Amino acid sequence: MLSIRNIVKQYANHRALDNVSIEVEKGSVFGLLGPNGAGKTSLIRIINQITAPDSGEVFLNGEKLNPTHISKIGYLPEERGLYKKMEIGEQMLYLAQLKGLNKADATKRIKYWFEKMEIESWWKKKVEDLSKGMQQKVQFVATVVHGPELIILDEPFSGFDPVNAQVITNEILELNNKGATIIFSTHRMESVEQLCDSIALLHKSKKILDGKVKDIKNLYRSNTYRIGFHGLLRTPESEMFIAVDHKTDDDITHLTVKVQEKYSANDVLNFFIPQVQVNEFMEVIPSMNDIFIQNVKN
Amino acid sequence: MNKTLLIIQREYFSRVKKKSFLLMTFLVPLLIIGMYALVIALSISGGDNVPTVEVIDDSGILIDGLKDKKTVKFHISSEPLEKAKQRVIGDDSAFLLYIPKDITTGGKPELFSQKKAGLSVISTIENQLNDQMRNKMLEDAGIDAATLDNIKPDFTVVSKELTLEGEKDTSSGAAMAVGFAAAILIYMSLFIYGIQVMRGIIEEKTSRIVEVVISSVRPFQLMMGKIIGIGLVGLTQFLLWIILSGTLMTVATNVLFKDKMEVVKSEMPATPQSAAVQSGPGTDLLKAIQTVEWTYILPAFIIFFFGGYMLYSALFAAVGSAVDSDTETQQFMLPITLPLLFTYIMSFSFIVNNPDSSLSFWLSIIPFTSPIAMMVRLPFGVPMWELGLSIVLLIVGFIFTTWVASRIYRIGILMYGKKVSFKELGKWFMYKG
Repeated sequence: MLSIRNIVKQYANHRALDNVSIEVEKGSVFGLLGPNGAGKTSLIRIINQITAPDSGEVFLNGEKLNPTHISKIGYLPEERGLYKKMEIGEQMLYLAQLKGLNKADATKRIKYWFEKMEIESWWKKKVEDLSKGMQQKVQFVATVVHGPELIILDEPFSGFDPVNAQVITNEILELNNKGATIIFSTHRMESVEQLCDSIALLHKSKKILDGKVKDIKNLYRSNTYRIGFHGLLRTPESEMFIAVDHKTDDDITHLTVKVQEKYSANDVLNFFIPQVQVNEFMEVIPSMNDIFIQNVKN
Repeated sequence: MNKTLLIIQREYFSRVKKKSFLLMTFLVPLLIIGMYALVIALSISGGDNVPTVEVIDDSGILIDGLKDKKTVKFHISSEPLEKAKQRVIGDDSAFLLYIPKDITTGGKPELFSQKKAGLSVISTIENQLNDQMRNKMLEDAGIDAATLDNIKPDFTVVSKELTLEGEKDTSSGAAMAVGFAAAILIYMSLFIYGIQVMRGIIEEKTSRIVEVVISSVRPFQLMMGKIIGIGLVGLTQFLLWIILSGTLMTVATNVLFKDKMEVVKSEMPATPQSAAVQSGPGTDLLKAIQTVEWTYILPAFIIFFFGGYMLYSALFAAVGSAVDSDTETQQFMLPITLPLLFTYIMSFSFIVNNPDSSLSFWLSIIPFTSPIAMMVRLPFGVPMWELGLSIVLLIVGFIFTTWVASRIYRIGILMYGKKVSFKELGKWFMYKG
């Protein structure tokens, strides 16, 4: 759906994006990950046509990015706000009309969303009278009111309280089920790991990794397992594995082992079962954060 | 609907609906009327405390004494000087005029008082003494003062402008007044509305709404929408001021001074000769104001206000985009205020006295100074080609400043928490995209 090809963005003495290419599939939840200053916001601003790249191209549904695409994208920026002295309803109308809706259509959709978010009574209120959590709901409505095909959320959960974060997450997933493509951008990688189908990792203006979350994790599996057991291991060492970590609490010993090439997980399990009471046996799958750190170190 | 139009609408209505706008719109005409009423009331009633001057004349030249005036009254006294002086020391509202014996041979009259005498008292005394001295000297020379007065000619030069269509009455005084008023109004409103543009942009930046908006419209559209919207607010305010002041003025004149008008009317017989009587100071002013070509000045005022406003508010917009708060704007304001202030001062000290000099010409042609300078020159008559050139250059000027400003603006509005220098602005200007 969204195809980003060889984007370069140069500021005076700082290259914000260095030859970045990313593909986002239609209907997917995509995570744009990376630490602060990696170039995520610069890339998002290019997709939103706020700034233009120095070189490279962006395609949406196969068409080169152009002003008609504005109404197809919903954007919740990291630095987000509202006009403080303006009534909420009026403000939503204004923002929706800027996205290309006509007044009648905009009114109808805003009412729909206000009911859905249980904020119907806020129409005449001013932003300065709302709490931060309330403002976030309004901002979210402003992002999705025009029914965008692509929704881009830059650090969506920063500053959200857990209840609101859950409300918003559910709404986002519902929109995704209805066919919208979602891009999450965040430096808190653990927060979107479960939500995303695919990710791209940005570091120091470069893309260092991308693909389906499943595939990436497979790629970074290291044949490592965690075993929890009761009892004393009479023969603690074996040629089948190398113990990487070991700790005991409340009679249960937790051992992390790296299984050697010739052997399988079952072999290891068979080694333990005669000796001790096994409570847990699971593969250690690296988190996005681990994968990121590993990549940066390389 | 066109997006720029939407932005203009929001900027316009969010300001026009504000209480402060309504307050300003109604308060200013009321203040103007108040001042107008005060001036008239004062000129009718005159001052309240009229000082009395005790006169001791040792020379005997004051045959007729001194005539009482509105601002001062006289009383001839025969007291000895020293005694009278003592009395003045005890009374801070007493004046004592002493005319020495040798006044005709170089002696000087002296005015004693505890407080310093006002200028009007002194000039009244001087004028009357000089008149009396003159009459006495004329008499001594064998000339009758009354005869001389009768043959005193009294010319005032009537300035007429020669045009192809014929002669026109002009009035330099009224022209100057109108030029001044227009220049002051433009000078003030460039600041008032320019700063509103700047504040509006700072507000959008600090409230962080700006990134949401520019994901829907181009930064240039947002900037232009704001500038035009606020400009229209300015025009609306002017228009309302003119209408309200006009209406209130008419009402006030009719209500407050109705009696007076009727008295004047009844005193005047409806004969052709009455035309001569009618030319009091008030009607002169009215006539002078009528000689100003309003159909020419008013459109010019609107063009130069709007052009100048567009030119300067673009610069104010650039400043607003570069900073995070009002307090940081100062270093960038100087280059904007300097040309305005310079023209303002030049207008009142130089252009008004030399409206056709080459410096005045250039000031009224260069876009940065022309909105003020041209308004001062205009009432004196400016050739059509100069006016045209000035307007064209003003348009070119504001296209140029808008272009420069928009390049700074598009970067500035997305920069938070950064102390910005002129060098930095230069860099932003050069960025691509």
